[in-house]
Amino acid sequence: MKAFEYHRAASPTESTAAVATRANAMFFAGGTTLVDLMRIDVLTPDVLVDVNALALQEIEVTDQAIVVGANVRNSPLAWHPAVRDRLPVLTQSILSGATTQIRNMASVAGNIVQRTRCPYFRDVHSACNRRVPQSGCDALDGFNRGHAVLGVSDHCIATHPSDMCVAAALLDAGIRTVRADGTHRTIPFNEFHLLPGDTPHRETVLEHDELITHVVFPTAPIARRSHYLKVRDRASYEFALTSAAVAIQLDGDRIVEARLAIGGVATKPWRCVAAEQSMVGKPATETSFRQAAELALTGAVARHHNAFKIELAKRTIVRAFATITEVPA
Amino acid sequence: MNNDTSVVTTRDVTGLSTVLFRINGADRALDIDLRSTLLDALREKLQLTGTKKGCDQGTCGACTVIIDGQRVLACLTLAAACEGQDVRTIEGLTSPGALTPLQEAFLECDAFQCGFCTPGQIMSATALVDEVRDGVPSHVTANVSEPVSAESLSVDEIRERMSGNLCRCGAYPNIVAAVQSVLTKENRR
Repeated sequence: MKAFEYHRAASPTESTAAVATRANAMFFAGGTTLVDLMRIDVLTPDVLVDVNALALQEIEVTDQAIVVGANVRNSPLAWHPAVRDRLPVLTQSILSGATTQIRNMASVAGNIVQRTRCPYFRDVHSACNRRVPQSGCDALDGFNRGHAVLGVSDHCIATHPSDMCVAAALLDAGIRTVRADGTHRTIPFNEFHLLPGDTPHRETVLEHDELITHVVFPTAPIARRSHYLKVRDRASYEFALTSAAVAIQLDGDRIVEARLAIGGVATKPWRCVAAEQSMVGKPATETSFRQAAELALTGAVARHHNAFKIELAKRTIVRAFATITEVPA
Repeated sequence: MNNDTSVVTTRDVTGLSTVLFRINGADRALDIDLRSTLLDALREKLQLTGTKKGCDQGTCGACTVIIDGQRVLACLTLAAACEGQDVRTIEGLTSPGALTPLQEAFLECDAFQCGFCTPGQIMSATALVDEVRDGVPSHVTANVSEPVSAESLSVDEIRERMSGNLCRCGAYPNIVAAVQSVLTKENRR
């Protein structure tokens, strides 16, 4: 591991100021991504600004939303009674990722800005435009079974690895931030991550000195009937091949409103608006779910090893909707 | 430097650092390289070698310790970031020579072969019992809005909750049996 300076900050102001002055400084929270990637020289910050002491540890429940401090760990968020009751998809998505030990360490903000698990990103001897701009992409013609089919470019096909983020995309979460100059903003979750395009090294809209302070999860009534389904090679402790976060509101067997976001198949958490709109007014049947699934995967581009994901993702979507509507599929 | 570990102080350091934390009930001050993980600090500086280094990349769970009541991985924890925290390792689970009910259950159920992963398994399972007592759900819990009960916790639940701890000898059935026996006893108490 490369040597670094370590700064334990006591406030957001102090944290952002410390990062702002150094081009290779990084915020440090749970460390589950950062320590791992620093050890293999994929990330080489010269300053770590430890934000764990910041007073961003609360889960605040209001009538309209659950407001989560950036430092809240994944486990207590998943286990919180209000989340389990009002946003079951959020609890299920979090609990389907990693292990209890890692969820106890990883912060909510860190989950959102975690790096891809693409093996070529993690290997400093491979070409990777995400790690080293303009260096190429060994995944394009490499072992790309786990890679994305949506939101891809000729420069990067790395999958966004988070499960929680798929639920956050579904729930229209908001990300509150602050910068060193004191400016605050709330970024809609679905505008937070960037498509790789020809700049895959830029993963989010965050500026260098911009610190996530809170994540706001609106508690819309539709979210009470929500579900996360994850398909993977192992039953536990494995990243998604495909996943689907779904929510639905029915009037009898008619769909009043539906929401869909998918994971494991895209370069960012993938909300499927066209698919959702196609379901409104339709009966809650496997046929309606399948039509939505076809729309959700429109434009998918497979490489040599990952074409199976397109059909698997469609079946995952159908199964997820069938589960929450108790429709046989 | 402020020696009161309950007060968070701003610190800005390079190279070597002194970290103050509580380890198995005793306050310790430790000079460490900033790059040291908690795992290396425990094993190399404090001779607490019960915590094992398996993969050193957050995959195997052999380095599981309990910090402020939560099971975590020592290999992904920077020692410098542990300032003011309460770290418990396998050596500090109970007094020397004594065994916790879970440790006894591991012996009774023959829940290990080579033993390398066992300290991590026991630290993980110790926290698991507390989590189940709190009624928190897991990935395999059918209805996450309902609390789980220790008495009826299924084998699938225990396997899922222990999935962060690998055992190359494959002692999993006996590990599950050990955990289950403790959960059942805890409930009868």
